[in-house]
This record gives sequence, structure tokens and C-alpha cells, in this order.
Amino acid sequence: MAFIEIDRLERSIGGNHILKGIDVALEKGGFLVLVGPSGCGKSTLLNAIAGLQPPTAGDIRIDGQSVLALHPSKRDIAMVFQSYALYPNMTVAQNIGFPLEMSGTPKAQREDEIRAVGKTLQIEHLLDRRPGQLSGGQRQRVAMARALVRKPRLFLFDEPLSNLDAKLRVEVRAEIKRLHQQTGATIIYVTHDQIEAMTLATQIVVMKDGVIQQSGTPAEIYNRPANMFVADFMGSPAMNMLPGQVAGDGRHMAPDAAPDRLLPLPFALRVGRRIVFGIRSENISAEGNGVEALDLPVEIVEPTGSDVFVWLRLGSAHLSARLPATSDPQLNENLRITMDISRAVIFDGESRERIDGAGH
Amino acid sequence: MSRNEAAIATAAGPGWLNRVVIYGLLLIFAAVYLTPLFVMLATSFKSLDEIRGGDILALPRDPTIEPWLKAWGSACIGVTCEGIKGYFWNSLRMVVPAVLISTMLGALNGYVLTKWRFRGHKIVFGLMLFACFIPFQSVLIPMARVLGTLGLSNSITGLVLVHVVYGLGFTTLFFRNYYEAFPTELIHSAQMDGAGFFTIFRRILLPSSAPIIVVCVIYQFTNIWNDFLFGVSFAAGESAPMTVALNNLVSSSTGVKEYNVDMAAAVIAALPTLIVYVLAGRYFMRGLMAGAVKG
Repeated sequence: MAFIEIDRLERSIGGNHILKGIDVALEKGGFLVLVGPSGCGKSTLLNAIAGLQPPTAGDIRIDGQSVLALHPSKRDIAMVFQSYALYPNMTVAQNIGFPLEMSGTPKAQREDEIRAVGKTLQIEHLLDRRPGQLSGGQRQRVAMARALVRKPRLFLFDEPLSNLDAKLRVEVRAEIKRLHQQTGATIIYVTHDQIEAMTLATQIVVMKDGVIQQSGTPAEIYNRPANMFVADFMGSPAMNMLPGQVAGDGRHMAPDAAPDRLLPLPFALRVGRRIVFGIRSENISAEGNGVEALDLPVEIVEPTGSDVFVWLRLGSAHLSARLPATSDPQLNENLRITMDISRAVIFDGESRERIDGAGH
Repeated sequence: MSRNEAAIATAAGPGWLNRVVIYGLLLIFAAVYLTPLFVMLATSFKSLDEIRGGDILALPRDPTIEPWLKAWGSACIGVTCEGIKGYFWNSLRMVVPAVLISTMLGALNGYVLTKWRFRGHKIVFGLMLFACFIPFQSVLIPMARVLGTLGLSNSITGLVLVHVVYGLGFTTLFFRNYYEAFPTELIHSAQMDGAGFFTIFRRILLPSSAPIIVVCVIYQFTNIWNDFLFGVSFAAGESAPMTVALNNLVSSSTGVKEYNVDMAAAVIAALPTLIVYVLAGRYFMRGLMAGAVKG
């Protein structure tokens, strides 16, 4: 039995189904990231766990006990809100101490704990200030300190980095990861940023329209996406997708964009079947010279410093390839590429689900 | 002269002329509003002889505070000749609890209507708003019945009750609009931190409500202090508020008409609202704006 169990959870408001039967299990000490586009229900799910928005059906169990009947304050869950939700009329120390004060911790002990957590998050020098006098990154730390000081059995993070600038986001992201590793806390984290999901999670749940698309480790989600939505959502740039038809001996595909350029498949399929061929940009290289090599014209070159992204034209479609920074592709000239077919992912043309090799 | 100013000047005459017109108009309107006040003050410091003989707009030749003392302590209202001081305290004893209670209840209503929404909260709010638009006169008789049943007729407590009930619609409206813009995440956060209904109200919401509290207090204070109709209907005689006493003083027709005493009494009656405005007027504008923009 897992530490956190969410069991066929549903929520609907006025005939609108926000959550359509969510099942999640998370072990103690795990870092679960709920990811998906806006409106997919991930924040609603988080609020249901927190007890702020009751579900209409299903159950949430922590440590084997249903928490649905418990008031938010009795669930022993701390939450970091997107807006940080710091109490504007209290100092930083009072903010951090508020949950302790509510639980009746004596003043002396409270002050010790405030100082200890302030030290962990390097905000000791800010304890006497008010939230209005802090920068975004500092507010973020105070919000985390207020959650941390309670030592709850579960932490919830609701898009905590979305109000920070890009550089600070990377810093705080690392900070959260460090905190998780140090404290061994159990965390459920909501974001729409797939990089945050990949970097932080031990387990990712990808959601869309109130339905879980896939649940698994970051590597599973990235390498073996369950369907085209997950493949497209996770990874930047998005996975290259080429719709087409199985052709020839069943081990090749004729892409719709360029039917004469046959692409090899990782396994045999029924000839004539509609499929979508997916391959990530890093699995296309400009090296190798095998029979499967393609010569494609270069349309756009995007150097990022560490890599060079190249957009290639294949008939009426485009492919992005990630090349080493040392390579020097020339605009409008042909580039000879090979694909690592073993890393390619094949989806059914109709159901848009991933197809595995056996039995087709 | 910049191009803009030049354009204005050619369109509407030279710049200085505009200034003269604008300031001239402002001065005229200021004079229109200030003259009565000036006449009141000037008259209240004159002796009766001077009033009879002199110019109404003239400054007092021989200023005396006698009318003020008389108005406060010994003018005859009805059959008693103890001035208006008793009624002044009546008004204070009515206005302070009525303002405090209606403001607190309004804040509590606003809190519930925005942060603890229940089924039908819109209807409840709509009905409370409706109370703002009911004319005073139409509730007089039912209100008199209610006060009679409660045994509060002709008492200051009764007046407090009337003003609290009647003011609740306004104060609820003020606070609801203000709290509507208050981030709900803060409430959620406090809930998760273990704070209950009243703790959240007292520790999180109220400390951030200063501007709207000021608006509410000024609005309620002026309305209740200046109210005449409820006062004259529900609290005649000993427990009458200031406004009613002032009316009785002015309309008592025993002997000579003492304009100077009447004026002094009127100024005393107007003084508390004036003081409240002067002290808190700045916050009043700010609070009204905040409510208007965010609400």
C-alpha cells in the first residue's frame, strides 16, 4: 500500500467534469509532479488533496487513512501557493511562525524553529521585514519556510516558480530539489513546465482534460510516451511527428509529407496501416553514412551555445535535429542525417496511442 | 510656450485667460458653499442687538461666546432649559455603538459573502443591497411596531438598533466589494495553517482592511449623526438625538428669536462630522477609490 493513494477521484462543477477518475499512488519520500496544459485539472487535484475543493467522488488516503472527512488543517499537509500567499500584515518571522502559533507551540520553541528554518533557506536576515519589502525570490523562500517549519507529512507546491524570472527559476528549482533530497519529504508538485517536471520528479503524472495520460518515471515518460499528447508535451523542442503509412516490407513507412522518402521502422507492422512516426531531435545526428541516411535541406539554424538546433525540410514537413555545437550546418544546403531508429516511437494513426513491437 | 499650449491658446484664447476663468469659477462656487458657514459662525458670535441692527455678512463688532454657552447649557428646548448638551451626549451614545456594530457586522458579512460562499449567497447579498434602496419613510411604521414589541420605543438602544439594521446594507456592500479583491489564496493558506473562521477574520483580513473601515466609519457616522427622521420618530423627548433637539430649539417660539444661539447650536451639531472628515478624509477618498477600482 502506497503512502499517498488517490482512488478514482472525480470532481465536477455544474455538469463540467474537471477530474474524471484520477488514480495516483506515491511512496513515502517520493516527488510527484503533476504536469499538463492549463485547464487540465492539475490544480484542482492539488486543491482536492489539500482539502480546499472537495471531490465529488473517489477517495484520497494518506498512510492508509481516508482524509476526505478531515478539515485542511487536520490533514497535516503544507502548501506553497503560486502567489506565495504571505500574510501582508505580518513580518517574515510571524508568517513562518503562524502555523506553529495556530498549533499552540510555545513562543520560545517557535522562535527557535523559525530561526532554524530561516537558516536552512538563508532568509535569517529578512525575518523582521514584511512581505511587501521582499523580492520575488525572497517571498518564494519565505513561503517554503512557512511550509517547512510545520514538518508536515506531505508538501504541496502549486506552480511555485511561475512568478520568478528565468534565472531565479533555475536557482529555486535546484533549491527545491536539494531540500527534497535533504529532508526526504513527500512532495506533490504542480507545474505546466515540462522541464521542471523532468528535473524534479521521481514520478511524473501527465494530465489532460481531467484524465491521466501517463504516469511513470521521468525517463519512462520521456522515452516511452504513452500517446502523442505526452510525446508532444514533454521535451523541448517537441518530438518530431511524421504521419504516414506502413509500406514495402512492413519495416518502412512512407511519410505523407514526402511519400517517396521511405523511413525505416524499429519493428514490422501490417502494410498499409496508418501510423505516426515520432523521433526526438537528439536522436537525429549528422554523423554516420549508412543506407538509411537522408539528405535534407537546412531551413533554420538555431545555435544555443551548448547545441545547435537545425530545422530540416522533409517534403512538406519539418524535422528538428539537435547537433553538437561544433557542427556548422549551412543554410539552404543539404545535410546528411541518420536517425537512431531504436529510439523512434511509433503511434497508431487513429487512437494516437503508442504501438509496441510485438503482435502487430 | 510648447506646441500643446500654443494649440490650446489659439483654440480658446490666451493661456492666462483660461486660468482666470477656471479660478474665477472655482472661487465663485467656493464662496457659494462657504457663505452660509460664514454667516452661521459670524452670527453665533454676535449679540442679539447687533444681529437686529447690522449686516448679515459683517464680522461681529464685539465678539461674544455668550450664545455658545447658552446653546450648550441653558437654552430652552421644550419645557426644560438645560441647553443641548444632554442631546449631544444622546447623539454620541447613539452614534458610537451604531457605527461600531454596523461596521463590524458589515465586515463579517463581507467576509462570509466573499470567502465562505454558500448556496444562495448572491440572493442574500442582493436582498441586503435592496435594503439600501428602501426609503426611510416606508419602514417607519413596521419599525415602530418592532421597537414597541421589543420594548425599545423612545430609547437610545432602539435608535442604535434601527441604525444598525438600516446601515447593514451599505456596510456589507462596502466590505464585500473590498474583500472580493482580497486574494482567496491567503484564506486557503491560513486554513491549512490551522486558523479557524474567526482567527482568519481577525488575524488576516481585518489588519488589511483599514481603508475600507475608515470609509465605513465616516459614511455611517455622518449618516447616523445627521439623521433626523428616525430620531424624531422613535426617540422623542429625553432620549432625542442632537438633530431633533436642534429642530426643537429653533422652532421653540418663546419670546425673542435668538438667532445667535440657534446658529451656535447648529455649528455644535455639525462639529463632530466635520472633525471626522478632517481627520480621516484623506483615507476616505483613498478607500473609496480602492473599492471602486478593485470591486
